[in-house]
Amino acid sequence: MHPLAERIQMEFPEGFAKATEWRGDLAVTVRREALHDVARFLHDDPAMDFDYIVHVSSVDWPDDDERFEVVWEFYSIRKRHRIRLKTRAPEADCVVDSLTDIWKGADFMEREVYDMMGIRFRNHPDLRRILMPDDYEEGYPLRKDFPLRGKGWRDTFEFLDETK
Amino acid sequence: MKLEDQRTTVYKVDPEHPESPTLPTLRTEELLLNMGPQHPSTHGVLKVVLELEGERLVKSTPVMGFLHRGVEKLAEDGTYHQFIPHTDRLDYVCAMYNNFAYCRAVEKLMNITVPERAEYLRTIVAEVQRIIGHQFWLGTQALDIGAMTVFFYTFRDREILLDWFDELCGARLTTSWYRIGGVERDFTASLLSKLRAFLDYFPPKIDEYVVFLERNRIWLARTKGVAVISAEDAVNFGLSGPTLRGSGVDYDLRKYEPYAAYPKCEFSVPVGKNGDTYDRYWIRVQEMYESVKIIRQCLDQMPAEGPVMAQVPSVTLPPKERVFTNLESMIQQFKLFSQGFDAPPGEIYCGTEAHKGELGFYIVSAGGGKPYRLKIRAPSFIHMGAFDFMSRGYMIADAVTIFGTYDIVMGECDR
Repeated sequence: MHPLAERIQMEFPEGFAKATEWRGDLAVTVRREALHDVARFLHDDPAMDFDYIVHVSSVDWPDDDERFEVVWEFYSIRKRHRIRLKTRAPEADCVVDSLTDIWKGADFMEREVYDMMGIRFRNHPDLRRILMPDDYEEGYPLRKDFPLRGKGWRDTFEFLDETK
Repeated sequence: MKLEDQRTTVYKVDPEHPESPTLPTLRTEELLLNMGPQHPSTHGVLKVVLELEGERLVKSTPVMGFLHRGVEKLAEDGTYHQFIPHTDRLDYVCAMYNNFAYCRAVEKLMNITVPERAEYLRTIVAEVQRIIGHQFWLGTQALDIGAMTVFFYTFRDREILLDWFDELCGARLTTSWYRIGGVERDFTASLLSKLRAFLDYFPPKIDEYVVFLERNRIWLARTKGVAVISAEDAVNFGLSGPTLRGSGVDYDLRKYEPYAAYPKCEFSVPVGKNGDTYDRYWIRVQEMYESVKIIRQCLDQMPAEGPVMAQVPSVTLPPKERVFTNLESMIQQFKLFSQGFDAPPGEIYCGTEAHKGELGFYIVSAGGGKPYRLKIRAPSFIHMGAFDFMSRGYMIADAVTIFGTYDIVMGECDR
């Protein structure tokens, strides 16, 4: 296992779920409850020193028990290493801790995840939609159950209906 | 409230000296002002709600998404090859670098090594694109804050490079010249000689731009000490590119995680000191000189002959002339575009130093010919996250400078 992942497992034996390494990218999955503590550790620990937030993203796996996967990617400018931190949230309770108090840049990135995937962030200062309109009520576009090729709305126009 | 009441001045009595005549104080209240979505300096359609105290910005709330086209969702509906033209439309000023960043990400996913000549071609074109991006930024930023002349000079030279792109791939802006595993076509002799001629022509022209601005009192007054951010905050916000380097952090992926032909070239990464708009301007100007250096080295080092596309038939496209003459190649091309290639399940993140900052693609593959999830790390979007923080306390007119200091393009910001 990657030394960084080993260190996280040592510090958080309860919260650590698994670590994978593929194509040189290290990804560590942690349990939802431990997320904020792990993130704080990644930022503050001198051996970790992840001071730079790269992106926050989310993946929808509708067939899994815990449907949503939230992904943070961090980089250390001084240490020059990279880590991907992941956690899972079930659909019934898709809330994860916000990391805006550690990385201020997470603010807009988490708002985008909320907007696109409907995952709420606990303690986020201003959790509103960011790219879609505020009054958009048709769900969350990047979920897999959101139609990929439109909803056939063209058919609802009368002038396109050739039978009339 | 009647209009006359609003206009009346409210006199306050100093409570400690009720008898003494006090100076009248004006009744003040915060003013909400909408800037945009139709505003020439927002470079697209962006609305910012400004809370003002007099002319000072107290708080600003960006309202984005006017240009949201659901690119990340569209990616899930097409093959990996089909997404390349979509990347042109992210940062439509600098399409080449978006193509480059995306192709690199897919190559990392598929574990493809690009031939050496193609790596050099990619680096050259990427640096030409960086020059175009900085010229565009310099011209429009100067135009926005009151120095119109520079615009004409930078756009004059930008035009030469756009014509060069036109000759290279048939399009000036939406280029789609990069391919997964290589590039679409090799340089011709005419392109090479034109590029060499440009390299001789261009550095004196950068000096010319600088002459217009270096002693321009309006430019100096409106850029020095405006949009200051400390190195620590800039890193914490995830800023990148010249916006971050202006604060003195030399974070440049071309050096930190070298790719393409950059490790074989000698160049320096200019870094600012004060973290203000002027330093970022200085960095961008210096980067144009560095780009010229990189292109020149690449032209000298580049192998004279060689393939420009990796030979991985299951993933990369066959040469175009073979598609027209050879049945197997035609079938290969058809299959790649209609079904795509079978990507292994897994996920990668690949960041590339575009001229605005770190442009990254996070691709999750669940197998099959289409990305399961594709996330674009757009520097403009992340820079907008720091807008409120960076604009507090400045004058309302500085809001324009702060948009400009990020080199913001809404196509990339809203995706």
